[in-house]
Amino acid sequence: MTREAAARTASGDATSPPVTARIWGVAFVPLALLAALIFLIIRTGPAEKLRGENVPPVERLAIERAVLTTDGIVLDVLNDGPDPVTIAQVTVDDAYWDFTSESGAVLRHLGKTRLTIPYPWVVGEAHLIKVMTSTGTTFEHEIAVAVRTPQPDRQFLLAFTLIGLYVGVIPVALGLLWLPLASRLGKTGIDVLLALTVGLLVFLFIDASSEALEMAAGMPGSYQGVTLFISSVIAAYLALESFGGWLRARRARARSAGSPGFVLALLIAVGIGLHNFGEGLAIGAAYALGEAALGTLLVIGFTLHNTTEGLAIVAPIAKDRPSIWTLARLGLIGGLPTIAGAWAGGLLYSPVLGVVFLGLGAGAIAQVALQIARQVAGEHSLSERFATAPVMVGLLAGFGVMYATGLLVG
Amino acid sequence: MLPVTRRSWLRLAGLGSAAAATLFGARRLSAAQDQSSHGAMEHAAHRMGPVGRVSTEAFNPATYLRAWNFSDLAPEERVRYYKETPRPDGTLLREYQIVAVDREIEIAPGVFFPAWTFNGQVPGPTIRATEGDRLRITFINAGSHPHTIHFHGWHHPDMDGSMPEHQVMPGDRFVYEFDAEPFGMHLYHCHAVPLKRHIHKGLYGVFIVDPKTPRPEADELIMVMNGFDTNFDADNEVYAVNTVANFFMHEPIKVEVGKLVRMYLVNVTEFDLLNSLHLHGMFFDVFRTGTRTTTSESTDTVMLCQGERAVLETRFRYPGKFMFHAHQSEFAELGWMGLFEAAGVRRDT
Repeated sequence: MTREAAARTASGDATSPPVTARIWGVAFVPLALLAALIFLIIRTGPAEKLRGENVPPVERLAIERAVLTTDGIVLDVLNDGPDPVTIAQVTVDDAYWDFTSESGAVLRHLGKTRLTIPYPWVVGEAHLIKVMTSTGTTFEHEIAVAVRTPQPDRQFLLAFTLIGLYVGVIPVALGLLWLPLASRLGKTGIDVLLALTVGLLVFLFIDASSEALEMAAGMPGSYQGVTLFISSVIAAYLALESFGGWLRARRARARSAGSPGFVLALLIAVGIGLHNFGEGLAIGAAYALGEAALGTLLVIGFTLHNTTEGLAIVAPIAKDRPSIWTLARLGLIGGLPTIAGAWAGGLLYSPVLGVVFLGLGAGAIAQVALQIARQVAGEHSLSERFATAPVMVGLLAGFGVMYATGLLVG
Repeated sequence: MLPVTRRSWLRLAGLGSAAAATLFGARRLSAAQDQSSHGAMEHAAHRMGPVGRVSTEAFNPATYLRAWNFSDLAPEERVRYYKETPRPDGTLLREYQIVAVDREIEIAPGVFFPAWTFNGQVPGPTIRATEGDRLRITFINAGSHPHTIHFHGWHHPDMDGSMPEHQVMPGDRFVYEFDAEPFGMHLYHCHAVPLKRHIHKGLYGVFIVDPKTPRPEADELIMVMNGFDTNFDADNEVYAVNTVANFFMHEPIKVEVGKLVRMYLVNVTEFDLLNSLHLHGMFFDVFRTGTRTTTSESTDTVMLCQGERAVLETRFRYPGKFMFHAHQSEFAELGWMGLFEAAGVRRDT
């Protein structure tokens, strides 16, 4: 709730009649009726009548994660369908294999279990696991390249911290070092730089969205990945919008000498921070999923790619000569979440978290990109200002830089 | 920036990770990598095969092994399905009642297959006659689809059960009548269309015709190599001999050292072109289709195409357990594997 909204509610309470117990009681009536209706539906089962007799159950298992250990293969399985599913057998590479199920063989709707299969997997080779239900339906999971899944320990956390530093904190800081150059630019130069930033951010938005949608498509249907993603985008956009409004109001009240540029830089840093958290989450998750080893090229790619994020943060405050401390703070806000994300992704992998954070990052970036675009436009309309040559060049250069560094990441 | 499309890179670049660590001056990272990505599994004796046991209440593969003409039923029950009447020429009139019925069967522990069956079992009951006997088979279709019985052997085209007009509708019946010939190891199966489905759903059984001069006395075993496509993707998920995956791994077929063992083997697997039987530590004589009583083929692995069959004869030389399985390792690991257990004192045969 924003402050204005809170104020409105407060004043409303003062003038309108008090909410009595009776009115609360009446408010519960629809809820009680709803409960009765649900009870009736469960008792009579109208859907069962539609389905008819002898209709096989709807079976849908999602294999959420495969972990390779010294004991074999460990699978996390979720019942994503409406009916209970009984896990009867497991085959690995077309061979029935011994297995144990942590939570028993029968999974209810959204029930989970962990299957441990003592299968002698082969390093560097592919394996296909099929979970067979009591009706003989099979659900497959492919391990493309078998590598022992790293177990979370101190070394693991340290490695993630280092990766976070390399791909998040240091590149953003490096980008900030362009400040002296940016501060010597004229109005047109700054506009080009800001347009470049918009280009970078729009590119990031598209990239994050397509990744999130891909991840959502692979998720069990019950999790409603696409809805989750879009809700996260909207939530982040609105939250950042109201956060920006609050920051401006506070600054105005405090009559500090802060320029709108600083607020914008802070918003960009927060947006990029959210995005980098999602990115860290993705890196950690790739490890946790047992599908990845982080390579040289990838680390270099991320590093180059993220250096441009630092540039995006300094562009709006180029004229303000901010202190080193301010710069450092902005850099940390933008970069540090990568480390936290990598930890979270590596330790508690969940596709739901992945989609939510990619969505939050995308929403934040969209808000920030629009803010900068408005600043560049000034008195003019957005389309009018962006149709001028310098701004267009900046925008396209932003796309170009992201595209080129993106190639390195694959 | 994000992993999903980059996983291919992640994999490709995997080996470069140590280099990456060095590049950024992080030896600890590289140590973590080495430890985590290159250790494989610690090996113990690997336990394979389906988990659990199948209930033998409805169908026991071991009983099926040594039963024909409903010999597994109590006498008062048996007369409902099988009757033999001597004929003037010394042959027998053998009358059978075969009923097609839909039934769910357990083919691997906890895995239930919606089968179409003859007399509620897969494979259907074994029909066994002597060359020259008259067979009269009353077929009742109590199933949900049109079915037929198509016998391998000499018979009039009207008795073939293969043409559209031969289909017996649900609720109808038909009487197949023909003489048992030639002697050999044959089979019967439904020939309604779609054929693949009618067969792999379970409508098949063994039809043995003995020569007038009986084969030497032996311990006779009926072994049907079959498979089940449980998820209907035109590929079998379960393979077995006599329906139940790995059944004879847990309950070995008991035989006597030195005694003649005769296996009546047929391949009714669908979808796969070939199936085979390989017997460990032994050799056996092969009588293809069982239509001759002499053979020059001695082997430890016999290959049969769909619908092909053979009579195999051997004597166990040593006491102990002898594995047998399809030499298609894939089938073996999907359930087509079992054991013989020979008892007695070593006999050089």
